[in-house]
Amino acid sequence: MSTMTASDRGSEGRTASQSDEAVVELSNVEFGYTASPVVEDISLRIDPGEYVAVVGPNGSGKSTLMKLMLGLLRPDEGTATLFGEPSHVFDDGARIGYVAQHASASKEMPITVREVVRMGRFPHVGFGRLSAEDDRIVDDALETVGMTAFANRRVTKLSGGQRQRAFIARALASEADLLVLDEPTVGVDAESVDAFYDLLESLNESGITILLIEHDLSAVTEHADRVVCLNREIYFDGPTEEFVESDALARAFGTAATFLGGN
Amino acid sequence: MTAALLVPLQAGLLDTLLAPMYGILEFWYWLLTQLYYLTGLELISPQYKFMHRAILVGLCIGVMAPLIGTFLVHRQLALIGDALAHTAFAGVAVGLFLNGVLSLGVSPYLTAVVVAVIAALLIELISEATDAYNDVSMAIVLSTGFALGTVLISLNAGGLAVGINQYLFGNLSTVSAENAAILLVLFAIIVGTIALTRNQLLYVTFDETAAAVSGLSVTWYNRVMVMLTALVVVGAMQIMGVILVAAMLVVPVAGAAQVSRSFSESLLVSVVLAELAVLLGIGLSYYGEATAGGVIVLVAVGIYVVSVAIGKVQARVREDTAPELGSIDAGDAGDA
Repeated sequence: MSTMTASDRGSEGRTASQSDEAVVELSNVEFGYTASPVVEDISLRIDPGEYVAVVGPNGSGKSTLMKLMLGLLRPDEGTATLFGEPSHVFDDGARIGYVAQHASASKEMPITVREVVRMGRFPHVGFGRLSAEDDRIVDDALETVGMTAFANRRVTKLSGGQRQRAFIARALASEADLLVLDEPTVGVDAESVDAFYDLLESLNESGITILLIEHDLSAVTEHADRVVCLNREIYFDGPTEEFVESDALARAFGTAATFLGGN
Repeated sequence: MTAALLVPLQAGLLDTLLAPMYGILEFWYWLLTQLYYLTGLELISPQYKFMHRAILVGLCIGVMAPLIGTFLVHRQLALIGDALAHTAFAGVAVGLFLNGVLSLGVSPYLTAVVVAVIAALLIELISEATDAYNDVSMAIVLSTGFALGTVLISLNAGGLAVGINQYLFGNLSTVSAENAAILLVLFAIIVGTIALTRNQLLYVTFDETAAAVSGLSVTWYNRVMVMLTALVVVGAMQIMGVILVAAMLVVPVAGAAQVSRSFSESLLVSVVLAELAVLLGIGLSYYGEATAGGVIVLVAVGIYVVSVAIGKVQARVREDTAPELGSIDAGDAGDA
């Protein structure tokens, strides 16, 4: 019985990859919070089943780009689409799982790990209640990230790494076609980081599209299939092996960056 | 113009809406009268129907104020209740003014509902435009409301200033059957809306960005939230008074947050604490002949202090038991 979820998820993913619809498509996008643009002249397309990492120095517009893709911001110029619909009107939240850089949550709020993970099922049930099946999916997600023993703990009482695992479990429970992660391993201990990237890889193999915003270059070059290197505009977009050999990194980051140092 | 708007409001539609509520009220009188014969408590003697109404209103407040308050407090919006209460006071003044000048005979609580909802939407629109709820805009709305109220009342031929205390400080004995019926309608709207949108409000409260990504319209849920707050504030004003009404939104919730682990638990505990404060407060104020609003808030604060102490003890006990952290299981998700 427990094998159902992942294989369902896998077949959905494969069905999606057979169609020609891009998961994310940006064309000539420009956006600025003030008069000067934070990102400009951005065109890229992410197809179903891809594992894409967006890298760039601090303040290069990585998070802004992610918000444009997800429709949290509207481009000043150009168009952004999500599963073929304009991003800002797209509202089928069940297709997207999202893990933020830092838990934006209230510091004081009493809420358990399980209650957080259950939120991943909310887009599937609308105004209804969660079914036993939903709860089983939540249990599986908790098990996958190794947080079963913490299910009834208050989220605010956890360490940064534990909390991040809870948010990853929430994204897993949403059984999305697209998983968006904004520096997901900040505050997570080194051993768990490796296991976490292995998890992403196996999710990707089962057909889920992965979009990773990452500061840690070594992680990116080890795991992602495709790299988008950003600093206001796109410096590089292509297979990871080519990125490692190119000079895009030096141009985008300045001279100090290496693949070994983490940043 | 306003008069043309208010006349139909007070006539037909309202009466039909309130009719079943009077039925509930009759049943409530009967229930408390039975309880009186059982217990002999002077507080609920059938001679004092106003006390029956006051207790009913208090019980409703004890449910709806912490329900809404839980969502507000955890978004750092504790002060919005205060701001809306003061604009509701302006609404009361508008009602009294219209009654005084045009002899409309409309309940000031109804005009308060209208004005408070408009103010709630204004606060929300300002925050959408400026991208943040800030204390400055909240403080401006609060003082504007109160200033408008005092000016309207002083303009009002000087005659009505007498009746203002009941709105400022609340009063058990002035809860009329009509006002109790209005409150029951507000109660139904608020509890119904929260029951329906509980998941959505929780998601938006806990993690606004993730909620937006998951397809929820954060803007709309925020608007629903502030409008419900306006309704609660006006409903609770009858007993609590303008100045103290916000306490019921905040204090029981703060107490519940100290002792609860889960969100569901905290909702339940905050309602229990609020009911405790309301019933003890009404009882004490009746026998001690003090203002109910003030006594209720003092009892609530007392309960809060006890909760903090209990929370500290709980934390000590729980610290000893740290569970084992499992490993992230890539295989499980991939090939299973």
